[in-house]
Amino acid sequence: MTAVQPSLKSFPKPSELPVPPGAEGWEELYPYNLVFRNGSGAEDEKFWFCDSQHWPTVFKPFETIGGEFAVKCLGQYNARHLIIPVANGIEFKIHLGYLYMSPIPVPEEQIPARVPEFERRVGHYFQNWDSLLEKWRQKVRATIDEMEGLTFKPLPEMVPFDDILSGKAKDGSEVLMEGYDRLIQLCYQNWQYHFEFLNLGYLAYLDFFSFCKQVFPGIPDQAIAKMVQGVDMELFRPDDELKKLATLAVRLGLQSAFADTDDVPGTLARVAEAAGGREWLDAYMAAQDPWFNFTIGNGFYGHDEYWIEHQEIPLGFIKDYIRRLEQGEQIMRPVDELIAERDRIVSEYRELLDGEQLAQFDAKRGLAATAYPYVENHNFYIEHWTMGVFWRKVRELSAVFVAAGFWADRDDILYLTRGEVREALFDYVCGWGVGTEATGPHYWPAEIERRRAIIDALKTQRPQPALNTPPAQITEPFTMMLYGITTEQVQQWLAGDDEGGDGAITGMAASPGVVEGIARVVTSADQLSEVQQDEILVATITAPSWGPIFGKIKATVTDIGGMMSHAAIVCREYGLPAVTGTGRASTTIRTGQRIRVDGSAGRVEILSD
Amino acid sequence: MQDTPYIQFFDGGSEPTHALLGGKCASLVTMTAAGMPVPPGFAVTTAHYDEVVHRSGMAAAIQAELAGLDYHDVAAVDAASARIREQIASREIPADLRAQVLAAYDALQSRFADEVPVAVRSSATAEDLPDASFAGQQDTYLWVRGRDAVLEHIRRCWASLYTCRAILYRLKNGIPDEGLSMAVAVQKMVNSRVAGVAMTIDPTSGDRSKITIDASYGVGEMVVSGQVTPDNIVLDKVMLCVVAETIGDKHAELVPDVAAGRLVERAVDAERRRRRCLTAEEVTAIARMAKRAEKHYCCPQDVEWALDADLPPGQDLLLLQARPETVHSAGSGRKEAPAPAPAVPGFNLSGITSMLTAGLGKV
Repeated sequence: MTAVQPSLKSFPKPSELPVPPGAEGWEELYPYNLVFRNGSGAEDEKFWFCDSQHWPTVFKPFETIGGEFAVKCLGQYNARHLIIPVANGIEFKIHLGYLYMSPIPVPEEQIPARVPEFERRVGHYFQNWDSLLEKWRQKVRATIDEMEGLTFKPLPEMVPFDDILSGKAKDGSEVLMEGYDRLIQLCYQNWQYHFEFLNLGYLAYLDFFSFCKQVFPGIPDQAIAKMVQGVDMELFRPDDELKKLATLAVRLGLQSAFADTDDVPGTLARVAEAAGGREWLDAYMAAQDPWFNFTIGNGFYGHDEYWIEHQEIPLGFIKDYIRRLEQGEQIMRPVDELIAERDRIVSEYRELLDGEQLAQFDAKRGLAATAYPYVENHNFYIEHWTMGVFWRKVRELSAVFVAAGFWADRDDILYLTRGEVREALFDYVCGWGVGTEATGPHYWPAEIERRRAIIDALKTQRPQPALNTPPAQITEPFTMMLYGITTEQVQQWLAGDDEGGDGAITGMAASPGVVEGIARVVTSADQLSEVQQDEILVATITAPSWGPIFGKIKATVTDIGGMMSHAAIVCREYGLPAVTGTGRASTTIRTGQRIRVDGSAGRVEILSD
Repeated sequence: MQDTPYIQFFDGGSEPTHALLGGKCASLVTMTAAGMPVPPGFAVTTAHYDEVVHRSGMAAAIQAELAGLDYHDVAAVDAASARIREQIASREIPADLRAQVLAAYDALQSRFADEVPVAVRSSATAEDLPDASFAGQQDTYLWVRGRDAVLEHIRRCWASLYTCRAILYRLKNGIPDEGLSMAVAVQKMVNSRVAGVAMTIDPTSGDRSKITIDASYGVGEMVVSGQVTPDNIVLDKVMLCVVAETIGDKHAELVPDVAAGRLVERAVDAERRRRRCLTAEEVTAIARMAKRAEKHYCCPQDVEWALDADLPPGQDLLLLQARPETVHSAGSGRKEAPAPAPAVPGFNLSGITSMLTAGLGKV
């Protein structure tokens, strides 16, 4: 990283940000510990950056669970499991509905003492990678299976007579309460597992990364990424399954059955009636477990729609793939080409080395290539599969409340914190047990409407990229790799629109290639259906689950994200140019403008309106 | 135009045969085939020369002049040389052989909007001629324009086989004149709009993962001799993407004055000075060509290149010269990584630790 001159520029303090009209009192919607209370006097001064990569829209109170569990568990692996010498976790707060983070460095004098523990622990993992990872799969699967087994049903009119006979002496309310607590704990459990290998994957990658930067000064980041990135990844399986289903539908001559995929039962019925339809339906059913536990969101929001519950989404993608197949297009990812290109890059850099350096290159790349695929694949197991089941169970529980008159819609539960849900649950079983009315039906409907208005008001304001004065240098490796928060990036944000030069938008050169095309600005997953063939996707962020879209577009530009952000990974996988972490592309570029994306140089130019 | 044993285009796809093409033309054909396009042109082969000298009767006349010459009698050799060269320059050449050359010349010219000047250069098989300055280097005629002039200069190249010095050399060394022959290259004069050098190494550090390009307007001479500050572009050799660039001042350019057959220096206007003289596509094309040269010659290369204004975009990059880069390629500049031996095969934990703690104390 280049030295940066001390800058007097600064982001606003949390306390300086205006509260949008109608959002007054927003702090009370979130747990006390999550908002800036400035108890120590430091919070209002400290540097924070906004993680709008994972949390691009305002949290509803219940949804803070993902942010809390994820960032807490990320931290515990740095601070308590692996004893990373230089970095503890990342502190996090919610401000005006958005999540802000602040990496916690280890005081320099404590670093040497941490090194032996770190090497002992990390060494064990790297030496036993495959067997530990296999255990991980089993643990994660067991958690999901247990979560699937939880049921939330309204309490009966009276305790069953069998329970009288057996002397059970419990009314069944404990099943609801234990089930809720267990649901939260199982969610927490898989978030702990989520980070068991993630930090290690980044470590191995960073080790190879810094070695490459040392022996090949100035080597492009994307060259290093390409050398370790897996090609045949579980994360891409859901999309690959849809492509296979589309290919099968064409082979069986079922195209006409997919005329109106928004009508799911109708579409499946038309397929079933057609000759060969049975074969296709069998394949369709087989693909669903587990690959339809997949969302076009990112798993952190209650409104994320999962394929398995919204089959119009995968059926719509299949319909689009069928159309492209009929136009003679190749829809499968160019896997062979990607492998050949990766092998070429590896062998050409290898040719430049010999002796001890070559041995190190091979060892470090080998470790990174072993450890790194987890960084992509875990996403399917946790964000998609686990969280898909989790949100489904939350809605199942909410249906019990809806039936009891607590609120009108299953999604209204998201306006309660998870602690309040626990209280409401006792309110419900208490009223039922006593044989009287619960309080909730008289309290929650109005309260939920009040909260909805506040959340809607918060949504009218975008988050700040960061708060307060950035440090002279950003050194925390995870912050740099995952979030693309580098010293340069922060300076660029501060420079804002007056960065001068030729007016080009700059960001990370995340995936190579240069293309020109029409921009399509997308700020939420709901707008994905607007994206047209051969447009360039301009988004605040993307999720890996936007897979089918990546088969349609020519390039991607994002506001947020580093070399290892989802958009970067997926674009390299699909062979599309990408510029990530521009900070302002989605607010500067308008849909319909002709733009030029240089994914090799990290530049985006607006060519014409 | 189809290659024949008498006429072969550099990009005609024929296997280069040294005996037919001589050293220079064989090299031009080889380089073109290896993706290092030289200025376009064709070879008038040794087979053509042989036909000319035999069917025109020159062969007999030459043999008669050479018979009984003694290399101690330099004056006699000098006189014989003059008479032989006069024969070669003036004797009637059979019409079909003339037509072969003219057809090739016309085919070359048909690639350009207007008739372009050519260079005519001899391409000898080196052992026939004195060592240090064999004819290939000696006889190069630049800015040759028109069919008659081309034919005349081809004859001049042939005549160089019989300079006094060449005859003396063969007499002294007992090299027989039997089989003596010469090929001639007819090659488009480069009309360079941008030119420079490319090295398949970072000359400042010896880093072999880089390609460095210096580029400026006009002919490359001003870049090579340091009379202008060129644009400097550093690319990653594997990914072929730009990792650093500095826009040079490029205050002047040398451009051909075709009428006068020479180069003239002129000032570059402010707008062209400010911007990079190469497009992104051109930078990539130059880097690719330099990389191919390195692969072809199996060592880091120092390549002179030019973009020719008479050729269509995408096909206008020409390689003028490639030679081994000698300063760093012995490996002296390579950086050593500070790395203790791995404690456990397969990875190096202390490496990871030092990676994590590397930035400390520098803030």
